[in-house]
Amino acid sequence: MLTTPSGMTVRDLINESVAGLFARPGRMVLTVVGTVIGLAALVSTLGLSRTAGNRIVGRFDALAATEIVASPKPSAISATVDALPWDSPARLGRLAGVAAVGNLSPVNVAGRLVTASPVTDPLNQTRFTLTVSAASPGLFRAVRADLRTGRILDESDSVRSERVAVLGPAAALRLGITRVDHLPAISIGDDLYLVIGILDGVKRQPDLLGAVIIPEGTAQQLYRLKNPALVVVETDIGATSLVASQIPTALRPDSPRSLKVVSPPAPQRVREAVKTDLNVLFLILGGVSLLVGATGIANVTLVSVMERTGEIGLRRALGATRRHIAQQFLVESTTMGFAGGVLGASLGTLVVVGVSAYQSWTPVIDPLVPLLAPIVGGLTGLISGTYPALRASRLAPVEALRAGL
Amino acid sequence: MSESASDELAVAVIELSDVGKRFEGMQTVEALVGVNMAVAEGEWVAIVGPSGSGKSTLLNIIGLLDTHTSGLYRFDGIDVSDLADKQRAGMRSRGIGFVFQSFHLLAHRTVTENVMLADVYRKAPAKDRRPRALAALEKVGLADRAEFLPPFLSGGERQRAAIARALMGEPRLLLCDEPTGNLDSVTTKNILQLFSDLNKQGLTIVMITHDPAVAKRAGRRVRITDGVLKADS
Repeated sequence: MLTTPSGMTVRDLINESVAGLFARPGRMVLTVVGTVIGLAALVSTLGLSRTAGNRIVGRFDALAATEIVASPKPSAISATVDALPWDSPARLGRLAGVAAVGNLSPVNVAGRLVTASPVTDPLNQTRFTLTVSAASPGLFRAVRADLRTGRILDESDSVRSERVAVLGPAAALRLGITRVDHLPAISIGDDLYLVIGILDGVKRQPDLLGAVIIPEGTAQQLYRLKNPALVVVETDIGATSLVASQIPTALRPDSPRSLKVVSPPAPQRVREAVKTDLNVLFLILGGVSLLVGATGIANVTLVSVMERTGEIGLRRALGATRRHIAQQFLVESTTMGFAGGVLGASLGTLVVVGVSAYQSWTPVIDPLVPLLAPIVGGLTGLISGTYPALRASRLAPVEALRAGL
Repeated sequence: MSESASDELAVAVIELSDVGKRFEGMQTVEALVGVNMAVAEGEWVAIVGPSGSGKSTLLNIIGLLDTHTSGLYRFDGIDVSDLADKQRAGMRSRGIGFVFQSFHLLAHRTVTENVMLADVYRKAPAKDRRPRALAALEKVGLADRAEFLPPFLSGGERQRAAIARALMGEPRLLLCDEPTGNLDSVTTKNILQLFSDLNKQGLTIVMITHDPAVAKRAGRRVRITDGVLKADS
């Protein structure tokens, strides 16, 4: 029928709009850039704040994650009441998950100097102020000490209060002792000690590097050491929190609260998203870019309507109604916005992955963010194109045709 | 369309009775006054007149691009005054093939795509579009330029492409606005010959021109002066 209303299939609408866009591909690309930058900024900001908020605090450190140190709480009432028992290593050694345990106590030598030579050399310093520590035999394993030469202290040394000492590497260097096979002796004040071993290094309690380490029994007898100061425990991996909770009861069933147990914090995530001023700034930047992008689309679509006046007139002559004309320009601007959204989401995701790779973070992005970006872009294009599309549809075909092509 | 132009009983493709067009505004202008005109099927009518005489207004009303303000206009026997905008658009699409002075081809689409554009607003299936476009191009003698872009064509070739687009829908009426206005004399002759051939095949043509030499080729001439139409012989 001649009077059947004109119509347009969806396929034709899309064909005509895409052809309209690609008539000037360079201009289309430049128009889309604003939207791309805006949405890339939004996607990357949201992604990066999520990634930063999700990373694990610090690095997982096997050494730090297996160490527990127990000590009496500094108490105003009495130092003797709140004290660690001498048999702490035995008590803790029975706990499941404990790999090694030992006592460590600084010994108060009342300012006595340590020397390896009975003769005073007027030119060189021969007497030193050195830390003197008392250790139970298990401590050397608990601090992962490496022995350079000789042997470590054992249970018999402590029981018999033998005057023997193991030197930390720095202490050995200052005293000028490099070997133990010729039975070198040192004196702490007036008391002579046989050096039976020299350490190469320790992984924990670095104070031991410069210390003279003597048996606990010797320290008790000679320097009136009343109680151990610290118990150093090495646990199996993953056992720290369990062991740490058992230590107070194992050591002081009468007063578990009197002990201070220091264990590594459980690996945890930064729950609070990083809400820095910088983050807000980037979100605002993204919003502004999006706005600029929207203005760009509106502007270019308007210019395009002006330029294509002749084409609009022709389409009206070929049977297009106002609605068909408006639809075509709306699809064009929406397509530009959508393309900007797709590119922006890809770019933003790449930025998140790139920054994460550089920072050794695990990139985390809400899947909705890159999926929503093209929709936001499309809506931006739709809104931007509304005014130009209405302008185009209101052109009188007669005048539009006179404009030429 | 097989009926000959001389047949007295031929159906009128367009029929204007006392049609007037008044532009209201700061200054009311009577662009057309009491136009009576009938074009029978298979006729070739030229509307001649100087610029400002109202011939463009008449073309727009005949082409259903604008509405008249008084009188009666029937296209193919249908009173168009009470048609909705959408129906007038459908009527333009199916009933009328437009040919313009400045061709109105889309520069970035091939000749075939330009011709196929005529089908877009008919909700026609896309399947047979290309063969029909190629057939239309064959008809105007432009088959060898089917995949060219309009900027690479001569003026005459461009107008042939535009005519092929107008023929694509097998219209009741070919409505031409200064179709040779942008062409040189040799090309003009060729295009007029094409119109003559199409007319002989039964196509109804209404052509607006200011050039008496061009109008001479038409079967019948009417003259428009200051919005008033008179027969011209």
